Amino acid sequence: MNRKDWLLFLGVGLFIGVFPLVVLQFKAVSHYVDVMIFAGIFSLVCLGLSMLMGFAGQISMAQAAFFGIGAYASGILTSRFGLNPWAAMPVGVALSASVAWLIGIPTLRLKGHYLAMATLGFGVIVHIILGEEVEWTGGPSGLVDIPGLSLFGRPVTNDVHWYYLVWGIVFLALVFCLHVIHSRVGRALRAIHEEETAAEAMGVPTARFKLQVFVLSAVFAAVAGSLYTHYVTCLNPGSFNLMWSIRFLLMVMVGGMRSLWGAIMGTVLLTFVGNEWLQVFADFEVLIYGAILLVVAMFFPGGLVSLVPRWPGPRKDPIPAASDGGS
Amino acid sequence: MTEHTLAMDILQYTISGLTVGVIYAMVALGYNIIYNVTEIINFAQGEFVMLGGLFAAFFVGTFGMPIHFAFFSAVFTTACVGLIMERFVIRRARNTGVLSLIIITIAISIMLKGSAMLWWGKDPYSLPPFSSGGPIMIGGAALQPQALWIFGVSALVVLLLTLFFRRSVYGKAMLACADNPGAARMVGIPVRQMVLLSFILSAAIGAAAGVVITPISMMEYDRGAMLGLKGFGAAVLGGLGQFFGALVAGAILGLAESFCAGYLSSGYKDAVALVLLLLALFFKPEGIFGSGEAAKLKKF
Repeated sequence: MNRKDWLLFLGVGLFIGVFPLVVLQFKAVSHYVDVMIFAGIFSLVCLGLSMLMGFAGQISMAQAAFFGIGAYASGILTSRFGLNPWAAMPVGVALSASVAWLIGIPTLRLKGHYLAMATLGFGVIVHIILGEEVEWTGGPSGLVDIPGLSLFGRPVTNDVHWYYLVWGIVFLALVFCLHVIHSRVGRALRAIHEEETAAEAMGVPTARFKLQVFVLSAVFAAVAGSLYTHYVTCLNPGSFNLMWSIRFLLMVMVGGMRSLWGAIMGTVLLTFVGNEWLQVFADFEVLIYGAILLVVAMFFPGGLVSLVPRWPGPRKDPIPAASDGGS
Repeated sequence: MTEHTLAMDILQYTISGLTVGVIYAMVALGYNIIYNVTEIINFAQGEFVMLGGLFAAFFVGTFGMPIHFAFFSAVFTTACVGLIMERFVIRRARNTGVLSLIIITIAISIMLKGSAMLWWGKDPYSLPPFSSGGPIMIGGAALQPQALWIFGVSALVVLLLTLFFRRSVYGKAMLACADNPGAARMVGIPVRQMVLLSFILSAAIGAAAGVVITPISMMEYDRGAMLGLKGFGAAVLGGLGQFFGALVAGAILGLAESFCAGYLSSGYKDAVALVLLLLALFFKPEGIFGSGEAAKLKKF
C-alpha cells in the first residue's frame, strides 16, 4: 500500500465509520444503513471481480453463481442441519473455492469471448440447479427459516451492528487485495492483462496465477453470499441469476475496472441506484442498466475513477492508466 | 385407442428435438456470420430471435397482417435493429478491445430485452401456424405442420447462405474481411459495409428463426438469453464459422434436450445444452467439424 492508498483508506474509513451516525439522525434517510449493508456485501463480490477482471484481465459472468453457492451452502447447513452460521460459512467458502478451482482449470484456458460464454454458461447451470433441487434449496419458492448471525454469544439484530460487521470484513478484504496488487503477484497479474504471451515469456506462471485469482474471487463471493443469507434470512434463486452477474460486472465497470477503490465506489453507487432511486422506474430498470453499461463501456472504459483529477504528489501512480488490452 | 409404445415415444422425442434443434442451428448461423466477418461473438444474437417472434406477433395482432407477410415484416424490422446496432454502436467501438466489445454486446442485449419488456409486457405471445391443418401422424407420433415449415425455412437459409458465401462476390468479400481486414481493404473491399451487412444478415436470420418457432412454443421478452446461449453451444459444437456443422450440432443439442426432458428431468432440459457447450469449450473448442489446424489460428 502506498501513500495514496493510506490517505484514501483513512478518508473512506472515516466516511464509512460516521455514515450511520449521521444518517440515523434523519428519519427520511435512516434506511440508508440497510442499503449500505447490501452495498458492503456486494462490495466483497466486486472486489474479487475487480481483481479478476480489472487486474488479471479475465472476464467472469459467473460471480452470481459463486455468490449463490456461498449463500445456499450457508442457508442449507444452518436451516436444515442446525449448524452455527460461523461454521457454515467456511464450508460454503470451501465449496465455492473447489468449484471455482475445478471449473477454472479448463475455463481459464479460454480467452475473450469464449471465456465470457463459458462462465456465463456455468452461471446459468448453477442457477438452474438452485431452482431444480427443490428438496435442498426449496426451489423457486425459496429457502426460509435461516437463522441470523450472532457474535460473541449475542445475536446481531441491530442494523448498525450489521453495518459495522459487514464493512469491517470489506476493509479486511480491501487491505488484503491492496497488498496483493502492490506485490510481485499483482504486477504479474497486470502483465497477464497487458499481454499474456509476453508475461509467460517473462516467466510468469500465467495459468497458475489466473486460477488463483479466479478462486480468490469465488471465495470473496462466497463470503458475501453467506453474509447475505444471514442478513436477509431467506433465499430465492432469482437473486443469483444472470442479471446479477451482469450487475456485478456493471458495478465494477462504473467505478473503474482498474481500481479497487473504484470497485467499491461503483458498488455503493449502483446499490443505491438499484435499491433506492430506481424503485420508481422498476420496469425501466433493465433498460437503464443496459444504457449505463453501454455508455461506460463506450465512453468511459476507465470508469468513474478515471474522471477524478490525477492525484497531486511526488509519487507516480504505479498502476498504469486504464487501457483495455485484449484479453 | 392407439397403443403407447417405447418406439412411439422415441419417435416423438426425436421429432420435437429436431424441431427445436433446427432453431438453435439458425441462432448458431447468426453467430457464425458475424464471427466470419469480424471475429466478434455477438451476445445479443438471442435477442434477435426474441424480437423476430414478438414483432411478428405485433404485426399480426395489431395490423392484422397475414402471417406470411408478417414474417417478412418482422425479419425486415429486426434486420433494421441489427443495422442500427452495428452502425451506431459496434462501429464506434471496434477498436476498444475484446473486453469492451463483449460488455457492449451484453449491454445491447439487456437493453433490447428491457425495451421488449416495456413494449410487450411480460406475457408470452403466440402466432397462428403458417398453414392450417391438424398434426400429421407418423407411426403414432405427432408432427406439427409448423415443424415442416421450420425445417423448410432453415434448409433454405443454410442453402442460400452456403451459396452466398461460396459463390457470390459479396460473400467472398465478407470472408476476406475475417481473414485479414487490412488486406481486404487494400484489394478494394469495403470492410465497413461488409461488417454492416453481416449484422443485418445475422439479425434477419435470427428473426426468421424467432418467427417460425413462435407458433409452436410462443415467445416472450426474456427468452433471448437462453436461446442465444444454446445457439452459441451449437455454433461452438459445430465449429465456429461452419454452416453445415452448426446444423448438425443444433440437431444434436435439440435431441439431447428433448430426450433429457422425456427420460430424465424436464427441469434440467435447459442445462443439457449448456453442459454440452461447456464440454465442447473445454475439450474441443474447434468443434466437431472445425479442423484443429484452423483452430490454432483462432483466438480461443
